[in-house]
Amino acid sequence: MRELFESTIERLLSDIATPEYVRAAEQNVWPADLWRALEENGITLAGAPEEVGGSEASWADLFVIVRAAGQHAAPVPLVEMLLGNWLLEQCGIGSRSGILTVATDSTLTCSAGALSGELRYVPWGRNAELVVTVVTSDEGYDVVLLEPAAAERIVEGVNVAGEPRDILHFSAALPLASVPLPAGLSPSVLLAGGAMLRSAQIAGALTAIMTLTSAYAGERKQFGRPISAFQAIQQQLAVLAEQTAAANIAAEAAFAQSDTALATFSIAAAKVSTSDAASQATSIGHSVHGAIGFTREYSLHLLTRRLWAWRSEFGSSTYWSKLLGEAVCNAGAEGFWPLITQSHNEQLPISE
Amino acid sequence: MSISQFKYSIIPEEAEALRREVRAFLAEALKGYPAVKRAYSWMGFDAQFSRLLGSRGWLGMALPKQYGGGEASPFARYVIIEELLAAGAPVSAHWIADRQSAPLILRFGTEAQREKYLPPICRGESYFCIGMSEPNSGSDLASITSNAQKTEAGWLLNGQKVWTTNAQHSHYMIALVRTGDKEESGRHGGMSQFIIDLSLPGVTIRPIADLSGNEHFNEVFLDNVQLDNDALIGAEGNGWGQVTAELAFERSGPERFLSSIALIHTAIAAIGKQPDALQARDIGRITARLVTLRNMSLAVTQQLSEGQNPAWAASCVKDLGNVFEQDLPEILQLLVEDQPQVGGGSDHAQVLAYLTQMAPSFSLRGGTREILRGIIARGLGLR
Repeated sequence: MRELFESTIERLLSDIATPEYVRAAEQNVWPADLWRALEENGITLAGAPEEVGGSEASWADLFVIVRAAGQHAAPVPLVEMLLGNWLLEQCGIGSRSGILTVATDSTLTCSAGALSGELRYVPWGRNAELVVTVVTSDEGYDVVLLEPAAAERIVEGVNVAGEPRDILHFSAALPLASVPLPAGLSPSVLLAGGAMLRSAQIAGALTAIMTLTSAYAGERKQFGRPISAFQAIQQQLAVLAEQTAAANIAAEAAFAQSDTALATFSIAAAKVSTSDAASQATSIGHSVHGAIGFTREYSLHLLTRRLWAWRSEFGSSTYWSKLLGEAVCNAGAEGFWPLITQSHNEQLPISE
Repeated sequence: MSISQFKYSIIPEEAEALRREVRAFLAEALKGYPAVKRAYSWMGFDAQFSRLLGSRGWLGMALPKQYGGGEASPFARYVIIEELLAAGAPVSAHWIADRQSAPLILRFGTEAQREKYLPPICRGESYFCIGMSEPNSGSDLASITSNAQKTEAGWLLNGQKVWTTNAQHSHYMIALVRTGDKEESGRHGGMSQFIIDLSLPGVTIRPIADLSGNEHFNEVFLDNVQLDNDALIGAEGNGWGQVTAELAFERSGPERFLSSIALIHTAIAAIGKQPDALQARDIGRITARLVTLRNMSLAVTQQLSEGQNPAWAASCVKDLGNVFEQDLPEILQLLVEDQPQVGGGSDHAQVLAYLTQMAPSFSLRGGTREILRGIIARGLGLR
């Protein structure tokens, strides 16, 4: 299934999500034909059950979709939809079609079944037909499914890459569905899931930067030869390759280990490793490209600007490393190495 | 070469099952073993301990049973060696023999050479060192001038090796020397490998003190050393190719990122269960880097177990790993207010003093940072 997903999404995004297309989407144009193509090929519902048209793919298989979305800077809430539907399945509401996103930054409160407050920094909040979030309830936490159309007001914003990140104000809005958060799921489940998604998108974008930068270094001539012939450039590209490899395997590990429950220890390690790799890789990518890479016209920034956004979203490297560090110190010196060798089974206590 | 070589790989269950056993063994065998000695990592020498590992079947694990090995998978060996390294066990005596001399002899040796050298390696009784660098040949290894001339009785060896780790404790050195004319045989031709019995007349070994005063490496003088015909390992003139194959073993293991793990242990102990925000962040980031490096290393092990040559991926792990193990003293000296101390002081102070001084060597031994990055760049098609 993984191979099929990989070839399908690779083909769709290569054909449709060209640099020109991504640039246009950054000007607040909803990429309707890309979304339709993803829907028609079953990508938006890849993780959903077969009876609603999905493929019931595990996170291990969905990894290649999320990574490809990052590699091509796909200007749609595809990965958010995969996560939102996963949570809707986990809590029994069930997957939805359409355009669905998630929200983690919330001041929503529930009163007599109606929701008031704000959802902030919602990916494609203005375009989404549905939004999934977790709210505090009298008994604990509820997973709720809301329509952005029910918002009293939408304040549009964008991240550094021009991707919509909107504020939705609700005033006594009635959710389409609301169920208690299942036991075993953290109220921060969307934060952890989002961190996992961003780690794979970062890995994808790094892979694209690696390809773009190597190719450029081979073509650009100075002093009578390609700049890739210079050791100073080779050494930088070697580090870029190492960071790209590290990011890819860190992200893949997090997805592969999240089959039964989100592997939060590995997700934290992945978000830290990929976010830190993003900082190094953007620097090298721009350094090797020189001034052309700093222009609007050249496509490097479609990747680097996303990395500058994604490394901070769903918890920065510092956010996740502090959680890891607290867990490690709590395990003590004797517990450190066993924690590393068992990291695929470890859960982190996450509280917002 | 591409980053797709780094496939997420997990340790198979039968290999993972060894972990409990080796951990229990180490808890007993290393009871009361001081932190600063654990920090020696794979530079800690203890022949008795090596023989103990041999008797457990944990040396030459991947070798065929007929030579004393266990025919175990690369993952089984990986579990054993990462546990030894994490515990700071004194593994230096057998380390090079187990890691690269034995695989080299198995691959390129004659039947007689295998039968002679491999069983004592598996028993932890026979120790090897590597003769590559020379006074004027470091990163430019192909410029070596030590040479062996064919004689009626065998070979006559002359020259000098340097930075030879453990030569003073080893029984044999596997050396790369010139056996053909450089002008005639090309830059990488005309070189051969020999197994040199270090007790032979004409071999002089002088330890070189490192900046901390420790004596790990040596200079080895070879003056008219008379070698038998069977000292040649592999084919005459094929030395460069053999060394390149050997480097895949030399560079692929977890010892390339675990050298400073003793300092993580003492730092966590010094910090305690309630880290402040800075300590939590930095310990967490170190943890993330280690988890990721280990996943990369397991991907390399997967390549080994599939019979592929992981030289390119191994270079990535070694370089990234060396940066990590060199960063640790730098990061951790800022997290705990406990100054490095050579004599006396806390465990953390002593381990910090030792590893701060050792760290520069991590990106020199086994190939410098610049050489590794050059190999990575070549794999990317850049040169």
